[in-house]
Amino acid sequence: MDNINVLVDTLKEKFSSKISVSDDGQSLVVSSADIFPVLKEIKENTQYNFLADLTAVDYPERMEVVYHLMNIKDAGLIRVKALLDKSDPKIDSVVFLWDTANVMERETYDLLGVIFEGHPDLKRILCPDDFEGHPLRKDYKVEPAVRQ
Amino acid sequence: MAISNQESGFRTQEFVLNMGPQHPSTHGVYRAILTMDGEYVVDVENVVGYLHRGMEKIAEDRTYTQFIPYTDRMDYLAGILNNWGFVMTVEKAMGIEVPERAEYIRVITGELQRIASHLVMVASMALDLNGYTPWMYAFYDREKILDLFEMICGSRLTTSFMRVGGVPNDIPEGFIPKLEKFLAELPGRADDFDNVITGNEIFVGRTKGVGVLDAEAALSFGLTGPNLRASGVNFDLRKAQPYSVYDRFDFEVPLGENGDSFDRYNLRMLEIRQSARIIRQALDTIPEGDIMAKVPKVLKVPKGETYCHIEGSKGLLGFYLVSDGGTKPYRLHLHSPSFVNLGAYPKMAKGTVLQDAIASLASIDIVLGEVDR
Repeated sequence: MDNINVLVDTLKEKFSSKISVSDDGQSLVVSSADIFPVLKEIKENTQYNFLADLTAVDYPERMEVVYHLMNIKDAGLIRVKALLDKSDPKIDSVVFLWDTANVMERETYDLLGVIFEGHPDLKRILCPDDFEGHPLRKDYKVEPAVRQ
Repeated sequence: MAISNQESGFRTQEFVLNMGPQHPSTHGVYRAILTMDGEYVVDVENVVGYLHRGMEKIAEDRTYTQFIPYTDRMDYLAGILNNWGFVMTVEKAMGIEVPERAEYIRVITGELQRIASHLVMVASMALDLNGYTPWMYAFYDREKILDLFEMICGSRLTTSFMRVGGVPNDIPEGFIPKLEKFLAELPGRADDFDNVITGNEIFVGRTKGVGVLDAEAALSFGLTGPNLRASGVNFDLRKAQPYSVYDRFDFEVPLGENGDSFDRYNLRMLEIRQSARIIRQALDTIPEGDIMAKVPKVLKVPKGETYCHIEGSKGLLGFYLVSDGGTKPYRLHLHSPSFVNLGAYPKMAKGTVLQDAIASLASIDIVLGEVDR
């Protein structure tokens, strides 16, 4: 992980209080409403313009969508997080910034139930279409297979 | 590459062609729904998930050591590289220093695995284009690599070779002479491939200028590994941010020019030679010493998040580990290169004829175990 403090200083000018640094100093935290403009700014005006990974994590009190952005020159990585309300996990899609977000957002929707607004074709990708629930949520319990 | 039927003003009705999930050219259980206008592909929809085993969910219920065998069921053609990515993530999260000899053994086996994986790609691509001979050639050489794996870890395909902190077995007796013999033969064998495939007029005619992806599109689609380098982007994690002991070896990063199917194929051939170069240097300079670091019996990863990736044979293979301080991961996300690379397939195939779409698919080199996880 690269040091994000330099990046935060430049972003502060434009987004002021909308962004912050996480407690461990490793990630940039953005509220879910501001994710698109912040990522657009990072993509267009910094070196971190490659979307290396997109996923989400289900914590007891909130849902976090996690973006890993990479600098293609020296493989430096930064982590950007968006905090979501668990009762209504919605966030803007970033397909317009990176085509690769298309499959990654579908996967995150499928497995964790995060709704990406503005995604051109948000549907399940790994689980079957008639699957019920989102398996990577912590409240989804796996039952042992019935043996006959 | 416009739709010729529409250009000539001759209207035809579009129809839907279903390819897969059981089809020889899909390299596994993958299904493509093709919208066709005569011979031309108008639209492609990828349908994946037939091999989805829920590995990320399984990981939450396994200890770190228990999960190692699952990783080589992801990309089953490059098991050792998958093991390596996972144990490196845990080592990074726990701050474990791996002994040098273990790192060298990892590099030797990892690069052998890369050669084996690329050989399958080269062979299956030629097979998709109706060449059966290269398949037999490539599998003859791959067999020798698998024999070497059997010597060092007792298994050929699902190796589970790496451990957190090092490797379980030192190089066995008789391994090095066999490897030396393989390395001595490989350049000649690679030249044979070039004669059979690379210089083959039919092969070149069917792959040059097919499925072109320029550098900008390749980056936007998140391609990594040989597929990205075929579009002329010089990015190899082993050079950009050398992990393990890759900074000690002298090797080149081959680049493509046009980003077409031929470049993606040819890059694999060039990388096979570079991997052989790395193995040669590693064999000459491998130090004596331990092969395992001092690691506690029960692995507990400190609370926090780690993202770690390696240059796999298909691209960047990433692991995002969230730990709550316990013996099992709180969340483990597997970023598989094949899954992302496949996302670029509709872009490559649109507007080409059906048999060119097959060539494009073969050139991406997907492994469905890794796509679906």
